Amino acid sequence: MVDTTKNSQLSVSNLEIRYGNDIAISGVNLNVQKNEIFGIIGPANSGKTSFLTALNRMDQMTENMNVSGDILFDGINVRKWKNTYGLRRQIGVVFPLPVGLPLTVYNNVAMAPRLNGVNNNDDLDEIVERCLRRAALWDEVKDRLNSLGSLLSGGQQQRLTIARALSQEPALLMLDEFSIAVDPITTMRIEDVLVELKKDMTIILVTNLVQQAQRLADRTAFFLNGRCVEIGETKDLFNGRVKHQETNDYIEGRFG
Amino acid sequence: MSSNIYAATDLNLRKQKNEKILRILFLMMTLMLIAPVLIILITLIAKGGPILSSEFLFEFPRNGMTEGGIFPALLGTIWLVAVSLLVSVPLGVAAALYLSEYSSDNWFTRLINLCIINLAGVPSIVHALHGFGAFVIFAGMGTSILAASLTLAIMTMPVVIVATKESLQSVPHSFRVACWNMGATRWQTIRQVVLPNATSGILTGIILEVSRTVGETAPIMFTGAAFFLPFLPESIMDQTMALSLHLFVVATQVPGVPDALPYGVALVLIGLVLLLNAVSIAFRMYLRGTKKW
Repeated sequence: MVDTTKNSQLSVSNLEIRYGNDIAISGVNLNVQKNEIFGIIGPANSGKTSFLTALNRMDQMTENMNVSGDILFDGINVRKWKNTYGLRRQIGVVFPLPVGLPLTVYNNVAMAPRLNGVNNNDDLDEIVERCLRRAALWDEVKDRLNSLGSLLSGGQQQRLTIARALSQEPALLMLDEFSIAVDPITTMRIEDVLVELKKDMTIILVTNLVQQAQRLADRTAFFLNGRCVEIGETKDLFNGRVKHQETNDYIEGRFG
Repeated sequence: MSSNIYAATDLNLRKQKNEKILRILFLMMTLMLIAPVLIILITLIAKGGPILSSEFLFEFPRNGMTEGGIFPALLGTIWLVAVSLLVSVPLGVAAALYLSEYSSDNWFTRLINLCIINLAGVPSIVHALHGFGAFVIFAGMGTSILAASLTLAIMTMPVVIVATKESLQSVPHSFRVACWNMGATRWQTIRQVVLPNATSGILTGIILEVSRTVGETAPIMFTGAAFFLPFLPESIMDQTMALSLHLFVVATQVPGVPDALPYGVALVLIGLVLLLNAVSIAFRMYLRGTKKW
């Protein structure tokens, strides 16, 4: 944790997020290194999702949301990044509830590259197959690429959204409680996928399953009531080497 | 007594009886509603049915409108509806897209919405006078298909806007958020995901609007519809006859019209509306069948 600037994918300082007059997050400072899985745990309403929303400037598309503070992505301040669409292409997002767009499986994955100007069918075929394979979904859908993505099962749809998020080769992948609507077997498969993806990109994993953070995250941050209480190496946090009692209480399930 | 705890108590029985009475009461009310529809349709078919023929539909009125057909009026109505659609649909859909997809909820948007509601509430005779002042006189269009169609377009625009807004908003917000997160612009999102899933709903709204436009009389009376014309309109700057006005004329303004004639005109008018409504219902059923989530 010594290197804070050189190898850092994301560097957040003094982040504050407000919805109207309600403060969702304040005084968050953290660094995410390249090619690490950065876990964020914390109870509901602690500002985890708002945090992700600010990172890819989706606050622009959200009514009433105000963000202040600095967010450096690859060393560039995203608040001053004019081409926010380009920024969002660098950051893949996976939501708690799988959102299969009402398009075919193929078009779900090919949509973002197409919007970005890839029109060659061979290129698109290649992207679709590669992304579906990386999301561990290819074998299940390769014979029905032309059926509707929104009609796949929940677990398949969630892997489809991961394939979609990968379709633009993002530098950062953010997952927001991806396992909420997914069965345990699929969850394990997706977790394996994430470990694999870590080689190529940085991953921020927001989760309400403490054990999931323990299994996957290199470092973990604990959010509570809009504050980032503690950041540490995951193995430290889960072995009682914490600075704040609240963190330990939450991890051990002795909370609230 | 204690042997059967599932037996109906007095209170249960009373409730069940009330339930039956209410059911019958509500059924009666519903039947009363459909009675006028049936009476109108039966009367029209009985009295106007015999006069219907291809000559009635495709010939000019003759002998001071007491004989002959209704072709110029039928054609005129189609003209008026078509031109008013060309104006109201693009404008209405664009406005709905702005209100539903682009605007944020502030005083300005609320003011626009208030205006739309008010526009929908303006009586048709006021629209007629406004059309006369604005298009016929001020814009110098004279009494013409164009002026009448624009008047109709302004009158029906709120319907298009509301119907379009509703079908846009029936597309789940999560689809939009997913697209935006991929780096799609608002327009790309609308084009790729929102519009394709709202089109059937928008079409349904438009057809319903057409069926209302067909029957309007007051707005076209001062602005472009003529009492009688011995020729067909050649451009949108000409006047035209229209079914709704023709019905008014043959029913009240011309002496010596045989009884069957107004009934025949009314039957054609209502038939046109019912046909359009049927198409709209068919669309809605199709829409339900293709729902993708």
